[in-house]
Amino acid sequence: MADTEDLSLSRRDLMAAGAASAAIAGAPATASAATPDAPHLAQVTFKVNGQKRSLTLDTRTTLLDALREHLRLTGTKKGCDHGQCGACTVIVDGRRINSCLSLAVMHEGDEITTIEGLGAPDKLHPLQAAFIKHDGYQCGYCTPGQICSAKAVLDEIKAGVPSHVTADLTDALKVTAEELRERMSGNICRCGAYSNIVEAIGEVAGGLSKGEMA
Amino acid sequence: MKAFTYERARTPAEAASAAAKDPTARFIAGGTNLLDLMKLEIETPRRLIDVNGLRLDKIEATKDGGLRIGALVRNTDLAADKRVRKDYGVLSRALLAGASGQLRNKATTAGNLLQRTRCPYFYDTNMPCNKRTPGAGCSAIGGFTRSHAVLGTSEACIATHPSDMAVAMRVLDASVETVKPDGVTRSIPIADFHRLPGNTPHVETALTPGELITAVTLPKPVGGMHAYHKVRDRASYAFALVSVATILHKDGSGRVALGGVAHKPWRVEAADSALPQGIKSVSELLLAGAKTTSQNAFKLTLAERALGAAMAQARS
Ligand SMILES: Cc1cc2nc3c(=O)[nH]c(=O)nc-3n(C[C@H](O)[C@H](O)[C@H](O)COP(=O)(O)OP(=O)(O)OC[C@H]3O[C@@H](n4cnc5c(N)ncnc54)[C@H](O)[C@@H]3O)c2cc1C
Ligand code: SF4
Ligand code: FES
Ligand code: FES
Repeated sequence: MADTEDLSLSRRDLMAAGAASAAIAGAPATASAATPDAPHLAQVTFKVNGQKRSLTLDTRTTLLDALREHLRLTGTKKGCDHGQCGACTVIVDGRRINSCLSLAVMHEGDEITTIEGLGAPDKLHPLQAAFIKHDGYQCGYCTPGQICSAKAVLDEIKAGVPSHVTADLTDALKVTAEELRERMSGNICRCGAYSNIVEAIGEVAGGLSKGEMA
Repeated sequence: MKAFTYERARTPAEAASAAAKDPTARFIAGGTNLLDLMKLEIETPRRLIDVNGLRLDKIEATKDGGLRIGALVRNTDLAADKRVRKDYGVLSRALLAGASGQLRNKATTAGNLLQRTRCPYFYDTNMPCNKRTPGAGCSAIGGFTRSHAVLGTSEACIATHPSDMAVAMRVLDASVETVKPDGVTRSIPIADFHRLPGNTPHVETALTPGELITAVTLPKPVGGMHAYHKVRDRASYAFALVSVATILHKDGSGRVALGGVAHKPWRVEAADSALPQGIKSVSELLLAGAKTTSQNAFKLTLAERALGAAMAQARS
């Protein structure tokens, strides 16, 4: 599916503009050659929440901006835009990343899951339900990133990826509150809902006793 | 961000020669440092060469019993590798103490080594900085210096290297494998890879223009007890004020390197030899010649104590 409608400057417009200026000034018929600062366009195709999407984008477009501004998937949030807050966390090929520090054109063929793909209002993901039950948010701005991150954290523990607080690198991993706090440290919550976030994730993990929550 | 063209390199040699032909070109791996700097227009490449498709993402055993870590191996995968956890624990520990889960999933071995300083003036394009603009002057000298280097500094720059992984690589005597634009390969000992600032703080490594890192090689395991102790302003997701990587043997001998104190991971041979004599002698030798300001002098005390903590941790 072509999604160029959403681009403020579509490829066709640029070609037309290029052709027009070429006709007038004899300039080369590509936008990029016009001035050194003109945008360079590139095409990329990836799957978002199971749906194939093709975009023609300014090469500078981050995955975050492609999702929000071009595909109108505004569940993923922009906090810092510099990898410092985790609000933009999405899952790419099963792994969580900060979509603000990744170029959209570098995701050719990738499978991307955003909060919209994890669950829907009438069919919540267990983590979404648990965040509601445990009040794992106040303003909710960090929440899509928290939940995408939490989903990947549980998968990482299952896959045996150790963390900074794992006592023995060669032992089997446990889901403890300490582990969850450390693994979720890349997601900042300005409202400070941290303890409820850990409780929500702990419940879904099924491995946390009340005592371990403390 | 400045506009740039984007291409995917197919072979390491092709990537290197493409980069050498165009001084405005940069390789991009995980992008977690480069894109951050491009957004601030501290880095302004006009051509990005994506090296993710070069199949440099494997960890393989070497003939002499060591490990060859592809340049594109992600920090998460390196930290989680069973062989690394068992035989090179200090490396797993250092990686896991850095950045966040999201960032480690993208960050690569080569990109981590080449990440640039976190000096706040380097990041502030309104302030003079010799690293950003050679000859412009250093705003940190005489400015706010709490996070800056205390060892190996120069009149031109007092920045630190922010990598945790590099400190572990230093204590493990890793070597950096590269390919040059003419196809010639070489191996650079990690000790010679990062440079001190001197008069050219913008020249940070031994790499020549276009030279591509293909792998980092670890010698065969040295055994011993491994520890990485990082001290930072919050418990997670923060750069080191001071960090210590150490490998200790039962007979009291061992190795030690410091992070957060210099423009490169800091290791002193004489300090290694002094390990059996205890922390006082080791830290005296490691920190000899330190030049501090009133704001960062605390790093000397902190380094000595962190060394004690790391040694206790290794023995536990
Ligand atoms: C919020 C935040 C917190 C962080 N905290 C920590 C921390 O606590 N500890 C820590 O150690 N790090 C930390 N980091 C830094 C992180 O580790 C680096 O950003 C990451 O390792 C860089 O790897 P990359 O693959 O993304 O590099 P890129 O951004 O892709 O590249 C970095 C540089 O390396 C060059 N390059 C990449 N690959 C090659 C190659 N094969 N050959 C030659 N040149 C190459 C690029 O041209 C570029 O100049 C943090 C980063 C952020 C954003
Ligand atoms: S310490 Fe180095 S990086 Fe920081 S302002 Fe001075 S020259 Fe720039
Ligand atoms: S918006 Fe990406 S980490 Fe903050
Ligand atoms: S709920 Fe407000 S920032 Fe987390």
